[in-house]
Amino acid sequence: MSLPDKMLRSLIILLFPLFTGIYASAAEENPLEEVKFEPGAFIFDHIGDAYEWHLFDIDGKHYSVPLPVILYHREKGLNIFMSHRFQHGYATYKGFGVVTDGPEKGKIRVVREDGTVDPDAARPIDISITKNVTGMIFAALVMMAIFLTVAKRYKRRPVSSPSGIQSLFEPLILFVIDDIVKPAIGEKKYIPFLPYLLTLFFFIWINNMLGLIPIFPMGANVTGNISVAGGLALTSFLVINLSGNRQYWQHIFNTPHVPLFLKLPIPIMPVIEVVGILTKPFVLMVRLFANITAGHIITMGFFTLIFIFGEVSPSFGYGGSVLSVGFGIFITFLELLVALIQAYVFTLLTSLFIGMAVADGH
Amino acid sequence: MDLITPDFGLFFWMLVTFTLVFLILKKFAWKPIVQALKEREENIQEGIENAETARQELENVKIKSDKIISESIVERDKLIRQGREIKEKLMVEARDEAEKEARKMVDSAKKLIEEEKTAAVNQIKEQIASLSVEIAERILRKKLKDDADQTELMNSLLDEFKLN
Repeated sequence: MSLPDKMLRSLIILLFPLFTGIYASAAEENPLEEVKFEPGAFIFDHIGDAYEWHLFDIDGKHYSVPLPVILYHREKGLNIFMSHRFQHGYATYKGFGVVTDGPEKGKIRVVREDGTVDPDAARPIDISITKNVTGMIFAALVMMAIFLTVAKRYKRRPVSSPSGIQSLFEPLILFVIDDIVKPAIGEKKYIPFLPYLLTLFFFIWINNMLGLIPIFPMGANVTGNISVAGGLALTSFLVINLSGNRQYWQHIFNTPHVPLFLKLPIPIMPVIEVVGILTKPFVLMVRLFANITAGHIITMGFFTLIFIFGEVSPSFGYGGSVLSVGFGIFITFLELLVALIQAYVFTLLTSLFIGMAVADGH
Repeated sequence: MDLITPDFGLFFWMLVTFTLVFLILKKFAWKPIVQALKEREENIQEGIENAETARQELENVKIKSDKIISESIVERDKLIRQGREIKEKLMVEARDEAEKEARKMVDSAKKLIEEEKTAAVNQIKEQIASLSVEIAERILRKKLKDDADQTELMNSLLDEFKLN
């Protein structure tokens, strides 16, 4: 067994206890029976991030996996505790509490003795391992398990034809190399960018795919979260602009074949070009975020229909469930496609932008 | 948490996770995979090129063997022709020789015949001479008896000679 393999196994073993502490809490203060079913809130709770991983409700009790909360506050210092201390947001702990409504709903803020948010207190720096972080780490582990195994096979028998899991991923790897990166960046320059672009493609794809499986620890809306999509776009922005050559920057600050009055005295062209630099990753972020979130919303929408019908009459709910499940399956298949397409588009556009940044003068 | 408000914690962990995944996979996965794929590609390319060279070589060998075969056919034809010519020549020579020999034999035979003839004529001449002598002797003897008889004898003898 190779070193990365061992590392991986110990990582999984270390992380596993984290996932096993499913806990339940009676929500007596807010009995579920009295709460009217709100499809919007229900959907947005599922696609949003959370401090705990909600699994299901039975008899008015929430069952969730607690996740670590990591807070740093100027006055209170570093605080690390599991999220079940908040009792699904109904309790406060160490002077912190989860905001229950308003524009900051769901965030952790400093609370007063009586449990209300203290608006004057400084905000804590919150780097908790939330639901999305957990899902993302899980995806990262899956990804490493897959590609370290594949790499091991390549190392052992480099020239022979692929077998097993290797034959599943080789076409994808070759697709990224030969159909995305090579034509976009160019035969001579693509090699240094391969590791980043391969990681990018498979990170997005595997997170998208795992997001479609609604079983813990999968099913988090990782790539459909603006922060994750933004993070990916930031890496793309950095790679594109850090690899930019003289031609690239000349094009931005002193665009050739453009009349001088567009550059001096008011630098219209440079401003437009700089805005262009920023729009590229911004568009990447929005596209990924919107596509994946939309998929999750539509899928969830079809399933909430069951409960909406069910509120009218139980038999209507059962009847409607047939239709909803049918549509849900259809949308999920569509999402399988979207998962790949979004990974492809993100990688392709990043490759094209890198290609522009490293292109020789024409 | 709001849908479109970026969250610092998630953003932070996203960058950490992505960077770690990138670094680990870069070192332990992408490098060997890309290397192996390149190696395999080169291997296949090499195989194709080798096959092409082998094919060309085979073609060359075939061309060479065809050339050798056609050359040998020409050589064989030449040899056969030469053999035939030699045979013809030998036959002509043999015929000439035989003719010459035959002529020689005929000549010598003729010569021998001539000699024999000359000898025979000589013998005849001798015999004629001796006969003449004998005839003369007989005539002489008869003459001694009767002239008429003598003449008659002479005539009959001459007739005899004439018959001979």
